Amino acid sequence: MNLNTVQELRGARAVEQPDFAWREGDSWLAGGTWLYSEPQVGIRRLFDLRDFGWEPLEVSAAGLRIAATCRIAELYALAAPEDWLAAPMIGECCRAFLASFKIWNEATVGGNICMSLPASPMTSMAASLEAIYTLRALDGSERQISAVDFTLGPHVVALEPGELLRAIDIPADVLRRRAAFRRSTLTHLGRSTALIIGTSHAPDQPFVLTISASTPRPVQLSFPQAPTAAELRAAINDAIPDDAWFDDVHGSPAYRQHMSLHYAEQIRAELAGGAA
Amino acid sequence: MTFHVNGRTYSEEPFAGQCLRTFLRDLGCFGVKKGCDQGDCGACTVWVEGTPVHSCLMPAMRAAGKHVTTIEGLASEGALHPMQQQFLNAQGFQCGFCTAGMIMTAASLTEDDIQNDLARNLKGNLCRCTGYHAIEDAIHGVATVEQDAPGCSAGTGVGAPAGPLVVTGHARYTMDTAMEGMLHLKVVRSPYAHAKVLAIDTSKAKAVPGVHRVYTWEDVPRRIYTTSIHEDFRVDPNDTYMLDNVARFVGQRMVAVVAETEAAAEEACRQVVIEWEELPAVFDPEEAMRIGAPAVHSRGVDAFIRQPERNILIDVHGNIGDVESAFATADVIHEGTYATHRGQHAHLETHGSIAWVDEHGRLNIRTSSQSPFICRDKIAYLFQLGLPDVRVFCERMGGGFGGKQEVLTEDLVALAAMDTGRPVQWEFTREEQFVGSTYRHPMKVTVKLGATHEGVLTAMQLRIVSNTGAYGNHGGETLYHACSECIGLYRSPNKKIDAYAVYTNTVPSGAIRGYGLTQTIFAVESALDELARALEMDPFELRQKNVVRPGDPMLSLGMEISDTEIGSYGLDECVELVRDALARGNGVNPPNDDDWLVGTGIAYAMHDAAPPTEHRSNAAIELREDGAYELVSGTAEFGNGTTTQHIQIAATILGTTASRFHMIQSDTDRTGYDTGAFASTGTFVAGKAVALAAEALRDRILGFAAQVMDVEPGMCRMDNDGVICGEGRCTLANLWQAARERGVQLGLSRKAYGSPRSVAFNVHGFRLAVHRVSGEIQILQSVHAADAGTVINPMQLRGQIEGAVAQGIGWALYERIVLDDAGKIVNPAFRNYRIPAYADIPRTEIFFADTHDAIGPLGAKGMGECPINPVAPALANALEDATGIRFREMPFRPDLIYKPIYEKFGAGTI
Repeated sequence: MNLNTVQELRGARAVEQPDFAWREGDSWLAGGTWLYSEPQVGIRRLFDLRDFGWEPLEVSAAGLRIAATCRIAELYALAAPEDWLAAPMIGECCRAFLASFKIWNEATVGGNICMSLPASPMTSMAASLEAIYTLRALDGSERQISAVDFTLGPHVVALEPGELLRAIDIPADVLRRRAAFRRSTLTHLGRSTALIIGTSHAPDQPFVLTISASTPRPVQLSFPQAPTAAELRAAINDAIPDDAWFDDVHGSPAYRQHMSLHYAEQIRAELAGGAA
Repeated sequence: MTFHVNGRTYSEEPFAGQCLRTFLRDLGCFGVKKGCDQGDCGACTVWVEGTPVHSCLMPAMRAAGKHVTTIEGLASEGALHPMQQQFLNAQGFQCGFCTAGMIMTAASLTEDDIQNDLARNLKGNLCRCTGYHAIEDAIHGVATVEQDAPGCSAGTGVGAPAGPLVVTGHARYTMDTAMEGMLHLKVVRSPYAHAKVLAIDTSKAKAVPGVHRVYTWEDVPRRIYTTSIHEDFRVDPNDTYMLDNVARFVGQRMVAVVAETEAAAEEACRQVVIEWEELPAVFDPEEAMRIGAPAVHSRGVDAFIRQPERNILIDVHGNIGDVESAFATADVIHEGTYATHRGQHAHLETHGSIAWVDEHGRLNIRTSSQSPFICRDKIAYLFQLGLPDVRVFCERMGGGFGGKQEVLTEDLVALAAMDTGRPVQWEFTREEQFVGSTYRHPMKVTVKLGATHEGVLTAMQLRIVSNTGAYGNHGGETLYHACSECIGLYRSPNKKIDAYAVYTNTVPSGAIRGYGLTQTIFAVESALDELARALEMDPFELRQKNVVRPGDPMLSLGMEISDTEIGSYGLDECVELVRDALARGNGVNPPNDDDWLVGTGIAYAMHDAAPPTEHRSNAAIELREDGAYELVSGTAEFGNGTTTQHIQIAATILGTTASRFHMIQSDTDRTGYDTGAFASTGTFVAGKAVALAAEALRDRILGFAAQVMDVEPGMCRMDNDGVICGEGRCTLANLWQAARERGVQLGLSRKAYGSPRSVAFNVHGFRLAVHRVSGEIQILQSVHAADAGTVINPMQLRGQIEGAVAQGIGWALYERIVLDDAGKIVNPAFRNYRIPAYADIPRTEIFFADTHDAIGPLGAKGMGECPINPVAPALANALEDATGIRFREMPFRPDLIYKPIYEKFGAGTI
């Protein structure tokens, strides 16, 4: 929709001008697919991040670096190294968008993360794969924060005013783990009610379970090795009390808890090789 | 900046926050539609450098220097793109509002996308009319449109005359125009469910640059009326002012702003300061009926509001026989309370209208209304104008489903246009559609049934509480309808009904497909299924023992003499068709046997072929100089397909083909009076006017031809573009010349009236699987049989049924409006109110009973509404068959139904 209060749309490099001052009503523009989808009456100026011309995807020995401006369609088309056993999680999370493939052609990974809905699939992906985000302040200084710590709740993230998400780094070690994915929706191909991913090299190796969409922010549980069903259930109930499950029109809290526990156990069984 | 759009280069500057969608429309590409403006519906899909995007989400400036293709640019060198041709061949549309986006999406897909992942690739394109079957056919290249032969048009799947315009994006809808000097109207809506306005400060709003007017309740005619549309306005309560100083629901329009741009109007709306006194509010109809509850309408001056102090708009009581004695002696009694929820029409084209005063000083309104004539009458009343001083007309409309049987925008644009002398437009946003239009009446229905051991019904009793919301509009008429065919279908010597339509401080309910009956059919057909279980009897058998037969009266409220009769009876045939299809199966099984519970359910429905209120139509047909015909009808086309049907009826009678007709419709200046396109009357009443006019014109043409050719009239018969007169033949073009020379008029009009009325029947069957842990439902088989009398256009009728079934599935399984504690709708967007996408809708096997109605035109009966009625109860019944658990409250969404299913079947899995 038209954003009728916006008075200026400029390339993001405008902020590098010496006399530039970030002020109330300023906002970064990534893909625009969320920004333009709802009224934004507080926004006066938009700064288009594409101006930076960041390389969308960089594969290295260290892992995968995803620029915040990488489009979902570009990420979905990634040809990952064969030993990245967890790479299919990336495609699964792209497909977890409620949004059409046409939106993927413009929407960005960083935009989805910074918009921050519980059902943001890029948050699910990054948190599950233990990504580290690089945040950049207006003065060019950078800091790192884990994906799990960055997302604080619906539409709330750890960005300071004027700060931007520069890149999402997924460590190669995590990408080389085996991984399992489960997702619950109320309609076919709909918005996520629960999205659960587990990763582990082997049953006797560390086991990491990330619960998202069903909680206001991702919840990550790490075990030195695959837990038993009872241990996993206890850990989830411990980490997420009954009243801490997310509540909105895409699923009741009780249902989100129910499906999260159900899928968590399936994932555990899958990665633990059936060991109870 | 330079933009390359459809091969042309434009040098234009979009404004900073402008999206590509509105920018393209400003360039005249009206094929780029607004369904939601939020990226959810896909109606605005265009290609940027060959890549499909939702243009409502793309900053216009991002397309600078790029090549943009809209639906208008898809055809090259005058030849349709193959996908456009395929949509034409399969008629992959009804209203056509989503079609441009569908085609732009489908045309971008690879063969692999289509064959292997169509569900995913289409999930960003919503269609509310078709149920997606015809769209799927179109994309797969299946052709279903047929050519008619002269005189045999009825019964043929003729394509809609507007098809070529729809698939090329050239069909003009309500807002598809640019008028010089257009002003834009926006409104301030109430944030409170119930509050009194103490003061309104408009000074800051008026100071916003570009603002022309700010209207409050003190600036508009203080004339009480009803927004609902019926032939006789007195059937609905007068409880509404154009702008009021009391807000009765969150979202009620309070102040209107008129400005040069939408942006200025929006800004001015934000600058209006209203001082409120909050009043106690009531949201639940049962609570609203208690003594001492807050009164939604305190004035109580309108005699129509039966009990204002208890918020009862109207109560209806019926009694036949003696249910108390019958229950006392019944072998088996079943009693249950069933609840239905709000459902949105979700037509892709939102409400909107444009008004201007022409050079003769007449008020013109171009609007999206199911009844331009009654809209005109209402506007004339509100502003105390003579009917000749107002013209209301409709272009093609993007869906209605009853939502446009309501005057929601026309009054304010009329006021502003007359006041400013400029054209004024107001187009609802999708959010306004949710917060400021109407819904299906939520109803709570208690059904009590008594029967003998043999399954003979001895007593049927209903208590209905309908929530009309903050305004009465259709509350009374829907309540009467809710009381009627649901039990009129069954012979029971004892029947009793107590029904209440109740005001609450919630968004108003209104007219929607099924019109109150859908809710009570859900209750009664669910209850009958429960009774069958109690009797250990097959649900078909129980119904067959008790349904009305030809010659039986169809009684519900009393023994009154009625104008409804069984003009044709195809119910038994429908039952056989559904029973056989379910028995045959379709080979579709659940993903695995361990986790899925499978069940089958059926439901019946009967629907009157016209409303009990007055309903009139007029049709005129005239032979033109070129030997073709002009057909003039007042009824409006919003995707219901009446245009095609009317032409086919006339073509059949006049011995020609549909292609020889030109249509003029829905314009108070250019057509005869028509009550409106609602209550399933497009075929049954308006179609009858067409049939009568065609018959009269045929007789006149034959008589005149006999005169001209000097043969006996009995020797003449219509022959496509001519008349055979004994051994000779003359062309219609020649006849037209001869008629002109002799001063004979080869044109006639006829009127039709919605009485007597017939009844239509529908039976639906589902086989479904439900997951024992997640509560997810998969529909394995869907079967629908309809008794529509003569099927004038089988392809179109299938489309109507598929669309109605999809709307029923959406209402029963997915859609749900949520109000917060303060009465505010928390999910006013498609992304949060999920209407079915292609992936959600199974293919329905559709069958027609072979009947010929004694009353309807060419033996036809309307099917605009009734196919939705048996859908929800058939799902509920299948769900109980699968699980042994009865769900009496809709929707049956996984998170709302999983618990008892899991507790019964899922233990040990978590």
